[in-house]
Amino acid sequence: MSGTVERTGEVGFSATRVDLAEKIRGQAVFAGDVEVPHMLHGKVLRSPLAHAEIVSIDTSTALAMPGVVAVMTGRDLLDIDPYYGHAIKDRPIVAIDRVRFAGEPVAAVAAEDEATAQAALAAIDVTYEELPVVDTIEKALAPDAPVLHDTPLRPGLFHGLGELPERDGNVGYRYRMTAGDVEAASAGAPIVVEDEYVFPAIYQYSMETHTVVADYRPDEILLWASCQHPFLVQAEIADVFGVPVGAVRIVVPYLGGGFGSKSYTKMEPITVALSRHAGRPVRIQNGVDESMVTSRRHGMRCWMRTTAAADGTLLTREARFWMDTGAFADNGPRVTATAADAAPGPYRWQAADVDGSCVYCNTAPSGSYRAFGATHLQWIGERQIDDVARRAGLDPLELRRRSLVRTGEPVRPDGTGKPLDADLIGDIERAAAAVGWDEERRPWRGRGVSVGLLAAGAHPVSRASVRLCADASVEVNVGTTEMGQGARTVMAQIAAEELGTTISRVRVQGADTRFTPYDRSTGASRSTTLAGKAVQNAAANVAARLRETAAEVWDVAEEAIELRDGRAIHGDDSLVFPDVIAKRFGFRGGEIIEGGEVRPMGGDTGSYAEGPVFWEVCVAAAEIEVDPDTGVVEVLRTATVADVGKAINPLLVERQDEGAAMQGLGNALFEEMVFDDGQLVTDSLLEYRVPRIGDLPGHMTTIVVENADGPGPYGAKGCGEGALAALPAAIACALADAGVPMTELPLTPERVWRRLQAD
Amino acid sequence: MRIELTVNGEPVAAEVEPQELLLDFLRDRLQLKGAKRSCDVQVCGTCTVLVDGGPVSACTYLAQEAAGRDVLTIEGFSRQPEFDEFEQAFARHAAVQCGFCTSGIVLTLKSLRDAGELRDEADLRHGLDGNVCRCTGYQAILAAGRDLLTGGDR
Repeated sequence: MSGTVERTGEVGFSATRVDLAEKIRGQAVFAGDVEVPHMLHGKVLRSPLAHAEIVSIDTSTALAMPGVVAVMTGRDLLDIDPYYGHAIKDRPIVAIDRVRFAGEPVAAVAAEDEATAQAALAAIDVTYEELPVVDTIEKALAPDAPVLHDTPLRPGLFHGLGELPERDGNVGYRYRMTAGDVEAASAGAPIVVEDEYVFPAIYQYSMETHTVVADYRPDEILLWASCQHPFLVQAEIADVFGVPVGAVRIVVPYLGGGFGSKSYTKMEPITVALSRHAGRPVRIQNGVDESMVTSRRHGMRCWMRTTAAADGTLLTREARFWMDTGAFADNGPRVTATAADAAPGPYRWQAADVDGSCVYCNTAPSGSYRAFGATHLQWIGERQIDDVARRAGLDPLELRRRSLVRTGEPVRPDGTGKPLDADLIGDIERAAAAVGWDEERRPWRGRGVSVGLLAAGAHPVSRASVRLCADASVEVNVGTTEMGQGARTVMAQIAAEELGTTISRVRVQGADTRFTPYDRSTGASRSTTLAGKAVQNAAANVAARLRETAAEVWDVAEEAIELRDGRAIHGDDSLVFPDVIAKRFGFRGGEIIEGGEVRPMGGDTGSYAEGPVFWEVCVAAAEIEVDPDTGVVEVLRTATVADVGKAINPLLVERQDEGAAMQGLGNALFEEMVFDDGQLVTDSLLEYRVPRIGDLPGHMTTIVVENADGPGPYGAKGCGEGALAALPAAIACALADAGVPMTELPLTPERVWRRLQAD
Repeated sequence: MRIELTVNGEPVAAEVEPQELLLDFLRDRLQLKGAKRSCDVQVCGTCTVLVDGGPVSACTYLAQEAAGRDVLTIEGFSRQPEFDEFEQAFARHAAVQCGFCTSGIVLTLKSLRDAGELRDEADLRHGLDGNVCRCTGYQAILAAGRDLLTGGDR
């Protein structure tokens, strides 16, 4: 599908990535490449136990080692309130009195070089007293379970979930959604599908591990950090260390992937605290084993029941699920709420009841990972829809055609929130056709189609500024983090389009919170839609100033001025931008700089207020073949749909979608973090398998749909997550179609083989 | 211990620790930051550099093993005329996303091609099996690689 879009302007064509040259030449700077004068190297001592009281810590031997500058423990944080957590403030910078997961920071060493810091860790003597380990959801929910957090709940700065309820034992957050009377609507239903399901913990594996350089100075805390949401981290660091927000400066270099693993605050507080303690700048760079216990995807258990009339008319959906959020909440409350949004699926229900719990366990903390919540629930809901179709004697595609929510209808069964802003039936028809839906069926082969929605956009607050320099070069200042998705390229295209110039004149900066306008975050597929809108507004304001000056020059109305090819044009008159600016200021200098903003209320962004900003479409189809002797599932064909409203850069849209699909393939077939008594067993890439080139399906199709139905610039809406939620569901449905109905992911050969033997 | 080697065509002499990794030597001593650290266990390929023309994982290769050898990093390769063709292919197909794995993949492709082992699709898939890319889903890298094939599949 690539390369077929005809170029009509700066938007809608596949411009070469603006960061390609420096990245392919190895010149792009990542946080781990940053070195500052007098920088020390930090290493973190992590708890070997999943749950224990800290009896004592002796750091004297470590501190006496040549090259060791500082050793920090919880005792060194008594002058501040050392707890953070954007949703629930439950996490100490380093463990204080008690460790709650294997891998929790207990102390940190700053030394002249990394090897010395590493050696010093072994010289720190910690005495623990072991506590009972609550390493599973079942154990955490048991009536007599030890409670991991027994102090009153303190809400974080950015939970965004209204008033947080008090904890209930180890349930840190609970989300309920009910609509209609499930009991009455399902009474006597001839089709009842009910089962229990298991979803594994998963590691995002951004290839660049969490890396932070921090310099705690008397007047400023300066960080270079691999973070997706610099402005939220800035606020949390200011809060923890008791300084004004403006005294925290975060510079975000390129990120070597994020996928949610670097959303919100991660290794920044401990690095800042260590720099404060050492009195010098410090770098901490996680190993993969450390990043695995810094953030991961929630494991989940789920019970679901779907009822339908004999003809397949859907009646009710009920879901109860429990998310293993690990020792600290991190983004667990939001993941739980988003999963609850995904649980009913985009169908017309007569009644629904969803009850999600976010559960503390003595395991590594869980946070965001691409398409969270939707990935957890879509495969379960869609498996049940297929079971209903089978029982009703309907083609699964036909049942979906009849039952899906239509454009403009409410998505949530309770009628709240934004109505559907996409054509789901069109999307599933295209996906199904791409895997040969109506072709002849063969033994041990199966096909599946899946459809879902992901509440996307997060909180709609983005600002940007655009600066037109005297030579007509353009700077775009926007806080979006470039982590591979191509945001800088897309922002350059939007600014160029609005200004009537070309992207070769446009430079897009990374975030430096001292100078860059506020952008809430880079995640939830929001950047093109929201930060892109802010850039569009800022560029339009610059364009207005150009028109204003040109109109004065020619004494005509501003509306009569056209901006095109780097010129202001009126009839036969034209001025290149440098001449317009020279006219404005009376010399060959000056600049035009303007801001643009997006907020929930006001301006042309009113529709963002009802939330979500948009519903990201999660549609896929798959054809698989299972080997009944070995349980190996081979994926023959996949199709995923990027329903983006308007593709600012069609090739980058395809690339985002393919990447999400491949992660979905890994999530479906083999990715799984295994904990044993709270200890992570799969703690390196030798044990934790991510997709390699040899795992590519026989044929992969990305379908880009442009219905101009998004709230972003030119009708755009976000992409890059949907395929990750949709493909595991399509594969699980296809496997069930082939005769192997699985209730646990990933679909490893052993698990599939055992299911086959059980028949 | 003292080693002498060639890095990107320049002679280099240095005192190294016996356990010093080639990756640390290149990044910290020579300030060649194009090779990246990720898995530390020779799985991901992001630290790949060429030693005497063949790909090695610099995260598990001692600096002293490179004594007397010829090391090529992305900084060196990007100055060679042949590099343009690689850059064009990767640009055409948007085969770079976050860029963290890119230098390892480009150098692996170069070594395959120099060895005459980049003739067809099978060569490409086999040769890149030691390079993980978490962003692209590999389709883009395969497409760029096809443009660099030397055999009939090109």
